[in-house]
Amino acid sequence: MSTNSTITNGRNALSAFTDGIRDRWAGAPGWQRWTVYILVFVIALLLPADPIGSVMSPYSDWASVLFFPIGTFVVLAIGLNVVVGQAGLLDLGYVAFFAMGGYSMALLGTKLGLNFWEIMVVGVLLSALSGVVLGGPTLRLRGDYLAIVTLGFGEIVRQTAENTDAIGGPRGIAGIPHPPSVDGVMIFGVDVFHYGVLDPRPYYYLLVVVAAAIIIFVKRWEKSRVGRAWAAIREDEDAAEVMGVPTFKFKLLAFAIGAAIGGAMGVVWAGKTISINPNDFHFMLSATILAAVVLGGSGNVPGVILGAFLVAWLPERFRGLSEYRIMVFGAALVALMIFRPEGLLPSRRRKAELEEGTGGMGSLGAEVAGPDSHHAAEGAAK
Amino acid sequence: MFDNLLGSFWPYTIDGLILGAIYGLVALGYTMVYGVLRLINFAHSEIFMIGTMASAFVVMTMGFTQPLTGLALVGGLLLMLLVGGAASAGSAVLLERIAYRPLRKRGASRLAALISAIGASLFLQELFALVIIPHVFNRPQQGRNQMGVARIMDKDVLFTLGGAQIRADQILIFVAAIGMMVLLDLLVNRTKIGRGIRATSQDPETAVLMGVDIDKIVRITFLIGGLMAGLAGALFILQFEITKFSIGFLLGIKAFTAAVLGGIGNLRGALLGGLFLGLIENYGAAIFGSGWKDVIAFTVLVLVLMFRPTGILGESLQQARA
Repeated sequence: MSTNSTITNGRNALSAFTDGIRDRWAGAPGWQRWTVYILVFVIALLLPADPIGSVMSPYSDWASVLFFPIGTFVVLAIGLNVVVGQAGLLDLGYVAFFAMGGYSMALLGTKLGLNFWEIMVVGVLLSALSGVVLGGPTLRLRGDYLAIVTLGFGEIVRQTAENTDAIGGPRGIAGIPHPPSVDGVMIFGVDVFHYGVLDPRPYYYLLVVVAAAIIIFVKRWEKSRVGRAWAAIREDEDAAEVMGVPTFKFKLLAFAIGAAIGGAMGVVWAGKTISINPNDFHFMLSATILAAVVLGGSGNVPGVILGAFLVAWLPERFRGLSEYRIMVFGAALVALMIFRPEGLLPSRRRKAELEEGTGGMGSLGAEVAGPDSHHAAEGAAK
Repeated sequence: MFDNLLGSFWPYTIDGLILGAIYGLVALGYTMVYGVLRLINFAHSEIFMIGTMASAFVVMTMGFTQPLTGLALVGGLLLMLLVGGAASAGSAVLLERIAYRPLRKRGASRLAALISAIGASLFLQELFALVIIPHVFNRPQQGRNQMGVARIMDKDVLFTLGGAQIRADQILIFVAAIGMMVLLDLLVNRTKIGRGIRATSQDPETAVLMGVDIDKIVRITFLIGGLMAGLAGALFILQFEITKFSIGFLLGIKAFTAAVLGGIGNLRGALLGGLFLGLIENYGAAIFGSGWKDVIAFTVLVLVLMFRPTGILGESLQQARA
């Protein structure tokens, strides 16, 4: 019992702390928020500095790690968050859209010789289209069926790539062009628009700018009619439909936006890596990104960014534990879900939904309020 | 492109049925846990993997190097099934206790439970790759390699049917799998425990009021699901004679697909879905080439769900049919 109450106390203290931050943030005037936004952006740009790198990533090149997996996971998690966190649709095959973007870049870049920015437009449109194609027939399915269909779709995309010789089969595509460089713009000794092979930092800056743009879009959507519609669908789809929300249309939109973000990241990622193959788009990547979203606090963009950062960074940082890191990661996921199932930084609304057992996914079956259940414990505390 | 299929239709059918029976056994675990908890037990594929490992361990430690005959064969097979089933059932119960029950008690969301399941799945895979295979199986540095397992039952041809050679072990696997499912069906429909399982899946709150011990029912559900996966693991070793730390991954997804195809929560549906999927996969491989068989399986899943969103037989652990 004593260990139990220690855990509960720790849990409550953490909740109180994050709630406090969230409330202060909600009450802060606009100029303060903008200062923080700009500060965060500047910090993101300063991150690749060597002193930070020696602490954060002693085993591998920090700037490379920042691009992949950290930055890549952050953007993918933000995209998946639109689908899972905001619209409440469980997608287990998100990596398929990342693959769409990656293969668009690889194919159009090597075969048609289009440049990075042209492909970015095409790749994003293609990914969004594939989201609509997948969502169109399947979004009428209920939660878990949707999960397994998306999982199936992810595997279909990967294995089709593996079996189609026209796009390289299992060997994939090599010789993908880099984004066009503009040389000579030196900032702090970095040639910031020189997209070469040696220096990963320009790619990281590019990624930060893309991520910032995506975050702005996503936050605007969240606060608009679209975001409110998603919240309504997530909380109670039938009620939303009755209230006149065209649920199918908005679910499809969420899918398309999530897919477009995944595709954009695929294009950026392929623009750096030179060669891609189907195994880069394994199911484990979908699972890891989903873990990042839920771990950080699904539905809350800062939380999701934190979750993605941790999921990407911890295994890199503890490369010293070498092979045991994935095992530790698995155990940590279980422990974190037991300790804090709503995620590290949930939004207040989302937290309330999760406590009620709504929020798109609902709660586990066979749970009956007993003497040791969460609500009873809270009631006793008050 | 159909010549290949038509030319050897029966061999493909037999292989499909054997594979399908194994899918069906594993699917039972998914479908029962889903019926009771509404949880996709993602780590169930690892429970199956543990079953294959335990049976392989039996073959290795007993020093079986060549096919057995007579009583020794019966004893060896029983031991494999017993150890495989026990190992899987035990780990399934442990998994429920560690990874799911704390979440259930807190009323956590199903999404959190799914992440917990994915975490447990990763942990178990790595546990075998890094600890159990190198140290218990005594194969250092080979944790991630495929392990061959000695043949303990001769693959004699009993008779031929339309060009397909039917072997004794195939009949054994198929009959054992179907028999297991019939027993389980009886258990769920005819016994007091089964009534508890059905009641819990229909309405947990009322079930509690009627005196059903939910924790016990959930534990039994995991136990039975694990047992079936372990038996499937032993049969898998018998048929394919290989295992690997990640052997459960694709097979688990297929088995879950089978459960969904048949109508999740429906025991008979799991069997039907498994056989259907096994056949489709083998026919598809015959027509388009073996590289495409998973693509075909998933495409069929998407198509079936589009036109019949609750699976072939419908969801029904809740209803009396179960």
